[in-house]
Amino acid sequence: MVWANAVLQGVLLGGLYALLACGLALMFGVMRIINLAHGDIAILGAYLIWVAVDHTSMSPFLAALLVLPIMLGLGYLLQIVLLERSLRAGPLVPLLTTFGLAIAIQNILLQVFSPDVQSLGGSAGDITTVSWQINDQVSIPGLGILILAIAVTVLGGLHLFLSHTRLGREMRATAQDPDTAQLVGINARDVYARATAIAVATAALAGLFLAIRSVFDPSSGPTQLIFAFEAVVIGGFSLWGTLLGGIVLGVAQAIGAQIDPNYSLLAGHLVFLAVLASPRGGLLVSRRVQA
Amino acid sequence: MQTSTSILEAAGIGQRFGALVVLDGVNFTVGAGEAVGVVGPNGAGKTTLLNILAGSLRPTSGTVQFLGADVTKLRSDRRCRLGIARTFQVPRPFGGMTVFENVLVATGRGRAGYERSVEVLELSGLVELANRRADNLGLMHRKRLELARALATDPQVLLLDEIGGGLTDAEAAELVHTIKVVQGRNVAIVWIEHIVHVLMQVIDRLVCFDAGRVIADGEPETVIGDAAVIDAYLGGNRS
Repeated sequence: MVWANAVLQGVLLGGLYALLACGLALMFGVMRIINLAHGDIAILGAYLIWVAVDHTSMSPFLAALLVLPIMLGLGYLLQIVLLERSLRAGPLVPLLTTFGLAIAIQNILLQVFSPDVQSLGGSAGDITTVSWQINDQVSIPGLGILILAIAVTVLGGLHLFLSHTRLGREMRATAQDPDTAQLVGINARDVYARATAIAVATAALAGLFLAIRSVFDPSSGPTQLIFAFEAVVIGGFSLWGTLLGGIVLGVAQAIGAQIDPNYSLLAGHLVFLAVLASPRGGLLVSRRVQA
Repeated sequence: MQTSTSILEAAGIGQRFGALVVLDGVNFTVGAGEAVGVVGPNGAGKTTLLNILAGSLRPTSGTVQFLGADVTKLRSDRRCRLGIARTFQVPRPFGGMTVFENVLVATGRGRAGYERSVEVLELSGLVELANRRADNLGLMHRKRLELARALATDPQVLLLDEIGGGLTDAEAAELVHTIKVVQGRNVAIVWIEHIVHVLMQVIDRLVCFDAGRVIADGEPETVIGDAAVIDAYLGGNRS
């Protein structure tokens, strides 16, 4: 039964990873940008929510409603001001740009907020403690269910957006062939900026739940980036794949932790490497990626 | 040339890629509702001119005017909204999307966009394939989709790049029929094509390029009989 519990906790943890990963998958799918600052953007979002909570003692969920539009705007600006220019210089330059951005965000956070560890768990209310005890060894945490539900909602929403709205169709067309998309009247620049805006906002949403579930500090971003990246790769670079990838990663970590708490992260990385080394991994690298 | 009613006018166009001169002082005009054929040997600069007219490429020198306004520096998506549409020699459908979505993404917003998409698919004979994924189409249907998607943008000038290439005579005839319908709606057409007899069924005027220059421009019958054209394009072997 302890193993069943580990799997359950892993699945729920996978919801958080999927939430972290979907923005990364979206940016890669639409623009072929691997955003190395994705984890730090999630932490930035967490800090902005933390500031709002700290100053007004409002609920972090309410604070997130204020911060998410700001992050949408920041994402749009990030694309227009920084990434668009670097995209013109080939595929390597955006990678370096986001790497630099990651370092800049970490250092700005360190400067402004000090290296102290923070958490939103204390101010999130009952949701952090609610759980349903199934038996001695298995309990379902309310927060985990909430995060998984939010992740499924976000992925479902993105799926509906991409397949059934005009903006979504424009995004898919631009992802396939930006030059041709422009020739049928689509403003590719605007489409790219919208994709980045959505990705940054979902990262901030993941940052909220990370901060409620656990603790964060200015240097937490890179670890989250690795989890998100692994979820994207295991899931095969598709949006719904990030849910599968997140859950596989979460379950691997939970089972690893059940064997020995020190093995938690190692088990996740091993599964990631196993997927890359498998024939499927080879397919992933060569296959054309879809948003 | 009907300069008084010209809607698209390229003047003094020069295009260099490094030391390579692809276009050299080209003047090219399209009248409203006029169908202009463009012929010339491979590498003469025909497709480059189309890229410049559509806004995919900014010329090294010269200007492009559309409806009297200078559009030389305008991006391709803005030019498309103004009424310039193009097709590619090798069709470039949005493969992961259905035929209908390919067309829909090129139309205007809302109800009118849907109606226009349906109409364009009917005109191009693609209605039965509307829900097929575009990457599952054969060459003929890809070419038709290429045309349909360009028409969906409601162009005033349609730039066609060898849309008849690789098709059988029967398939090309169907395409000509569609293009004639479009022409009948007063849409100007610039059509690059190697299959001259197909071209001759549609065009009002023929322009011949060679080595980045216009070497003949006028009545199709006159141009096709021009000694320089025969020499450049047909290698002097025309009986």
